[in-house]
Amino acid sequence: MSIFVNRDTKVLVQGITGNEGSFHTRQCVSYGTRIVAGVTPGKGGQKLDDIPVFNTVAQAAAQTGATASLIFVPPPFGADAIMEAADVGISLIVAITEGIPILDMVKVKNFLSRKDCRLIGPNCPGIITPEECKIGIMPGMIHAKGNVGVISRSGTLTYEVVDQLTRLGMGQSTCIGIGGDPVNGTSFIDVLSAFEADPDTHGIVMVGEIGGSAEEEAAAYIKAQVTKPVVGFIAGLTAPPGRRMGHAGAIISGSSGTGEAKIKAFEENGIHVCDNLGLIGRICKDVF
Amino acid sequence: MKIHEYQAKQLFAQYQVPVPEGKPAFSVEEAVDAAKAMGGFPVVVKAQIHAGGRGKGGGVKLAHSLEEVQDLASQMLGMTLVTHQTGPAGRLVKKLFIEAGQQIEKELYLSLLMDRATASVVIMASRDGGMDIEEVAAKTPERIIKIHVDPLMGIQGYQLRRAGFGLELPPAAMKAFSSLLANLYKFFVANDCSLVEINPLILTSDHQVMALDAKVDFDSNALFRHKDLLALRDLDEEDPMEVEASRYNLNYINLDGNVGNIVNGAGLAMATMDIIKKAGATPANFMDVGGGASSEQVENAFRIILADKKVKAVLINIFGGILRCDVFAKGVVEAAKKTGVTVPVVVRMEGTNVDEGRRILADSTLNLTSASDLSDAAKKIAAAVN
Repeated sequence: MSIFVNRDTKVLVQGITGNEGSFHTRQCVSYGTRIVAGVTPGKGGQKLDDIPVFNTVAQAAAQTGATASLIFVPPPFGADAIMEAADVGISLIVAITEGIPILDMVKVKNFLSRKDCRLIGPNCPGIITPEECKIGIMPGMIHAKGNVGVISRSGTLTYEVVDQLTRLGMGQSTCIGIGGDPVNGTSFIDVLSAFEADPDTHGIVMVGEIGGSAEEEAAAYIKAQVTKPVVGFIAGLTAPPGRRMGHAGAIISGSSGTGEAKIKAFEENGIHVCDNLGLIGRICKDVF
Repeated sequence: MKIHEYQAKQLFAQYQVPVPEGKPAFSVEEAVDAAKAMGGFPVVVKAQIHAGGRGKGGGVKLAHSLEEVQDLASQMLGMTLVTHQTGPAGRLVKKLFIEAGQQIEKELYLSLLMDRATASVVIMASRDGGMDIEEVAAKTPERIIKIHVDPLMGIQGYQLRRAGFGLELPPAAMKAFSSLLANLYKFFVANDCSLVEINPLILTSDHQVMALDAKVDFDSNALFRHKDLLALRDLDEEDPMEVEASRYNLNYINLDGNVGNIVNGAGLAMATMDIIKKAGATPANFMDVGGGASSEQVENAFRIILADKKVKAVLINIFGGILRCDVFAKGVVEAAKKTGVTVPVVVRMEGTNVDEGRRILADSTLNLTSASDLSDAAKKIAAAVN
């Protein structure tokens, strides 16, 4: 099993005709993902390879039965694209777009609270269930099927972790990047609870970074609700306060969001802390 | 993006948020002229830099005569102001703000910021104005009023009253305060702010409320729809190397150490800095070339790092996903040809097209040390500088 996506998930791509959209659509298709439609306003009726393009998400979903959406539209239109998908009942929305204004995301988050749908991202690499379904921009070849669940706020850092796991013979059930923005959809806790319920996930790797308090909240949740072993890593221990480290959400403001506080929360709640990224694969091998 | 106090106050005034009469000055003469125009004393001479704690550092002073304004202005212009927020190097003062002195009855604290946990705008207010608000929050949290505003509803009357009565304002000042807060919220939302802080907000003896200080930070992701605000960016307040990097859309932050590093992806870049530190060296920068960098961007990134005099060695750590290793390698070789490499360079590369990338680097005759994995890279880079 896996969480959120599997080989039957039908996916549409918003922004399919753009550079990034078309490149990654093809990558997903060659990985085996069932991409059934694309959406670019004004380009309805065209095709990308064999994939029909529609003007609206409503048309695309009605005619193809897609239940998930992968979003590549530019940041000024990101919030609108997410709401368009949610409004017609798309149940899983994966927003890759980086740079959506925070006030837009604040509105989106409130809008989604009245809809029955899950948003992953924005500013994230997406979600992959190895050898079944890839909805995102991660390199497929580094993944292998297995029993480790991976959750992360970052992209390439996740690839690094997955690569070490795979090389040491530990495949993954599902890997999810929840994104590096301060206001996002799916949280660590949402994913942890899904991994806890998934019989094929035997251990969990959680990769956090400085900024906010999501890691601390997740640590408390793990102590209370998660019985499976968790290995945790925090990036940015050497980052100076007050500076945004690339991700809009990765910033230490005042005394909140420091790496030390997060590590401490991990330790106090029974999470196996990895303090050297080069060794995270080995630590997982020992723990799982 | 941060702006100066005087710019923030000009914007406040446009939104009917009351501020004292004031004028920016870029020279001693302008400062004296501005003080003359106030038509009375005392006036306040304020250094304009993008950092808090100016008062304690000697950047805010009262003047009771034109001579005093002249003296203070000549002292402050060109001085290096060190506050707890500037770091030990301090900031060069190039601009002043001359403001009319006020009769202060009470000093309050008021701020609006984005709250990531609740995905809403939160209003924070306290009777303890003029103090470090983090300290107030830690020691006497009951003295801070927090009000969350639903972004789809906007600010409501009862919320304005909760803030005003919570601050124990006299009833005669309530109307003025409500209008100030409602207008401040309008300003916050209309301009995509991430923080607006007034410390202190003052109550005058005639029941007026007024922003005596103003700190504003805008969401950089939203500047595309506020072209007017872009004009307020002050490049003097930014590190020249960071300004240069931003021209090529590179995420770069200049730091104190001597190990330059180039990484793709912000999370991996932070983790790479950590691993350099762990190995006993210190990072000279944070540099994220991004997920889909072009060979030209990589070239500029490498050039910027090599131009940094404090850099004694460079660690390149690339996990090719969208960014292909061959594209990256071409950028590195181009930059090395144009700039010349005089320091040791350790390269660790994995992912898409890695064999092609390694071949390009090997064929380049550049003197590069390759690392088999992250731990190996850390060991080799530490050996190069220690």
